[in-house]
Amino acid sequence: MKTDNQKAWFFVLPVLLLVAFNALIPMMTVVNYSVQETFGDNVFFWQGLDWFQQILRSDRFHAALGRQFMFTFLILIIEVPLGIAIALSMPRKGFWVPVCLVLMALPMLIPWNVVGAMWNIFTLPDIGLLGYFLNHVLGINYDMTQDPFAAWVTIVTMDVWHWTSLVVLLSYAGLVSIPDAYYQAAKIDGASNWSVFRFIQLPKMKTVLTIAILLRFMDSFNIYTEPFVLTGGGPGNSTTLLSIDLVKIALGQFDLGPAAAMSLIYFAITLLVSWLFYTLMTKDDLN
Amino acid sequence: MQKRSIVPIVYILFLMLPIYWLVAMSFKTTNEILAGFSLFPQTFTLDNYVAIFTDPTWYWGYINSILYVTLNTAISVAVALPAAYAFSRYRFLGDKQLFFWLLTNRMAPAAVFALPFFQLYSASGLFDTHIAVALAHCLFNIPLAVWILEGFMGGVPKELDETAYVDGYSFPRFFATIFIPSIKAGVGVAAFFCFMFSWVELLLAKTLTAVEAKPIAATMTRTASSAGYELGLLAAAGTLTIIPGAIVIYFVRNYIAKGFAMGRV
Amino acid sequence: MDKITLSKLRRSYYPNPKQPSDYALKEIDLDWTDGGANALLRPSGCGKSTLLNIISGLLVPSEGQILFDGQDVTELAPDKRNIAQVFQFPVIYDTMTVYDNLAFPLRNRGRDEATVHTRVMAIAEMLEVTDLLDQKAAGLSPDNKQKISMGRGLVREDVNVVMFDEPLTVIDPHLKWKLRSKLKELHQRVKATMIYVTHDQTEALTFADQVVVMQLGEVVQIGTPVELFERPAHTFVGHFIGSPGMNVLPCTLSGGSAYFGEHRIQLEGPVKGTPEGRTEIGIRPEFVSLAESGLPAVVAKVSDVGRHTVVECQADGHRFNAITEGAGPEKGAAVFLDFKRSQTRLYVDGWIATEAGEG
Repeated sequence: MKTDNQKAWFFVLPVLLLVAFNALIPMMTVVNYSVQETFGDNVFFWQGLDWFQQILRSDRFHAALGRQFMFTFLILIIEVPLGIAIALSMPRKGFWVPVCLVLMALPMLIPWNVVGAMWNIFTLPDIGLLGYFLNHVLGINYDMTQDPFAAWVTIVTMDVWHWTSLVVLLSYAGLVSIPDAYYQAAKIDGASNWSVFRFIQLPKMKTVLTIAILLRFMDSFNIYTEPFVLTGGGPGNSTTLLSIDLVKIALGQFDLGPAAAMSLIYFAITLLVSWLFYTLMTKDDLN
Repeated sequence: MQKRSIVPIVYILFLMLPIYWLVAMSFKTTNEILAGFSLFPQTFTLDNYVAIFTDPTWYWGYINSILYVTLNTAISVAVALPAAYAFSRYRFLGDKQLFFWLLTNRMAPAAVFALPFFQLYSASGLFDTHIAVALAHCLFNIPLAVWILEGFMGGVPKELDETAYVDGYSFPRFFATIFIPSIKAGVGVAAFFCFMFSWVELLLAKTLTAVEAKPIAATMTRTASSAGYELGLLAAAGTLTIIPGAIVIYFVRNYIAKGFAMGRV
Repeated sequence: MDKITLSKLRRSYYPNPKQPSDYALKEIDLDWTDGGANALLRPSGCGKSTLLNIISGLLVPSEGQILFDGQDVTELAPDKRNIAQVFQFPVIYDTMTVYDNLAFPLRNRGRDEATVHTRVMAIAEMLEVTDLLDQKAAGLSPDNKQKISMGRGLVREDVNVVMFDEPLTVIDPHLKWKLRSKLKELHQRVKATMIYVTHDQTEALTFADQVVVMQLGEVVQIGTPVELFERPAHTFVGHFIGSPGMNVLPCTLSGGSAYFGEHRIQLEGPVKGTPEGRTEIGIRPEFVSLAESGLPAVVAKVSDVGRHTVVECQADGHRFNAITEGAGPEKGAAVFLDFKRSQTRLYVDGWIATEAGEG
């Protein structure tokens, strides 16, 4: 039971200040840049919505956005079912459980550039473990620096390697909270394994799955470091995802106007789709 | 062990494979690496590690990273605690909106902030300091910490607060000696996530630093691009970055299953 | 209707049990009659639902057999045993409607929709949930959810045994009596053998015709509620049943008579055998009365519990209760207590050791 208390704002003040400093001021800068043009020396010209229009019409932006959606789609469609399946296959109790959980969590604690570097040396065609195996043992022609398809397969696999454990751990937490009585009742009711999954496990995992899917959507949509270190966005620009493109424009070319406009559009898309996901997944609770 | 336990085993093997490769490479000489493929190090060497431990550019990278990560975790959790308490116990004007706004910051693409942060922190004279990276990471970590802590605090009944007042505790004393210990699992989980995120993030850490506070991640990428391909050295550096993460998980291993539910399941 | 026989049943949670204390369930031999209303009364705590789970097939006993109507079902899977089990908290399928919840066990067994419909409507009417049938099960109150759990158990026509594992635990007190009477009503209509496990004596004694009392995995007494009250076979039964429970006073035996301190107490009848072990006298407060002469004691506390007054007395460092009508004596007063002879029994190591009759 919460009580009304306006003085609670004092509690929140430190947080507000820190986050506002980091969020509002940069955001204001970005908005500022997005509607102006500059040729240096701090001279600005009002551009109105020109940058936004330019970005929204630009083929480069569309291409990057398309790649980004494709990437996120692949990620979600692989990691979520896979994560759930692994969580389901883990024992609910026992000595091995903490060991397994620790090992599964390890990839998530590796600095992102190391993840990229690790997969880089792992997939080098002649001297990397996977690269060597594919090229010289299985005879598949695999070279990520030449072949866009290989590059895509690699970045998707890398992300699956990196983050599926998040889905596993969250799903597992949801699963172990289900009391045994539910499984017992299902046995007495003669329910099949699929029924148990559909009517008992999945509903009870709804909260954690919502969190997992939202997090994976947001993080994969905003991803930067790992693919950048691995492929640099190439070959060509076949793996240039949205963040990578944005940083190229902002920090590489210092095109402040377009970069700022693109930032805002990017942020808006992330928010919108996150909100859509969230509403869709929790609409039943609004009854 | 049941038959279906094969699934987690295969998965864990899949996870360990690239890590093994990284570690194996760190014990090889660069010559051996470039000469061809070998599953185990033929000439086992510690040269790469020696190089890292003796070269200030390298080991300072680790120290810098640990510094700003610890700084960030401490700040984030410290300011998140009272805020989470407010969200959990009180209703106030704009509370739902504020909470939601905090969460949206977590959703922001880091790339969007790269340039603005660069300018902001340069203008504040904080460029290339540990505190800069620590503060920058607060943007993402504070909302997360508040969210996690608020979830755990929801599980502590209000009667605890009321009893303390009746017993004559002042609020700071109650908060420090009674309340925080009762949610110490939550504090642990929040600290873990703050550490985790700050330790692994590269883009902002690299953007905001140059020499003094340069994190290990930046040193590594510089090596990879500029000094040619000293793969053995790179592998050793990478292997060393895994260790702090492994240690931290080891300490929270009993809370992992519970903690990932963030008190909200 | 099935007669259930438990024969030399034992259950241990250790892989190689050696001594009696390794067994969660000590040897049980008992018969439950066709269509009876039975209760299993035992204190809450360890060894919780072990026996129930063995009967329903969710657990396999370490030793012994279970027979339904003479047939050995010890190894049979739960859904083949024609049993239903209702758990401590409502177990329902949240995402399904009430109708689908009730229909679930039948559909799993391949019944056609017409049969399903008939049975579901019949059960819904019995449980008075017909107007809830189209609602999603998740939104119901706990007592309705528990009714649905029961309904799922009863919807199958071939159910012969229904087991209840403390089903009223999460129900609000003012709704408990409603559900209890509903259960009694269900029993009369369905005529299945019902086994009700609880730690609440009121629930056990009002529901059942026959009560099995267990303590620490051991059967302590089987009997009707009246028998358990009037003639407890074990001090645990005496203590557990009745409010306040039976008085248990340490005593010594000398020359065939019992002595509490200096005072001789007359027993209901002759003592069986030569007792060795801890000897105690058991007598219910209802049969301890204030009198002109008898055991001297000092009143420690007087409580008015509505229907009568409980007088807590102290003698020789031991406390026990007497029951009287009216206001009762003052605290601290010296009184004499009379023990009704026919209700005074000797217990050795907890077990009854006197026979009724003159001694």
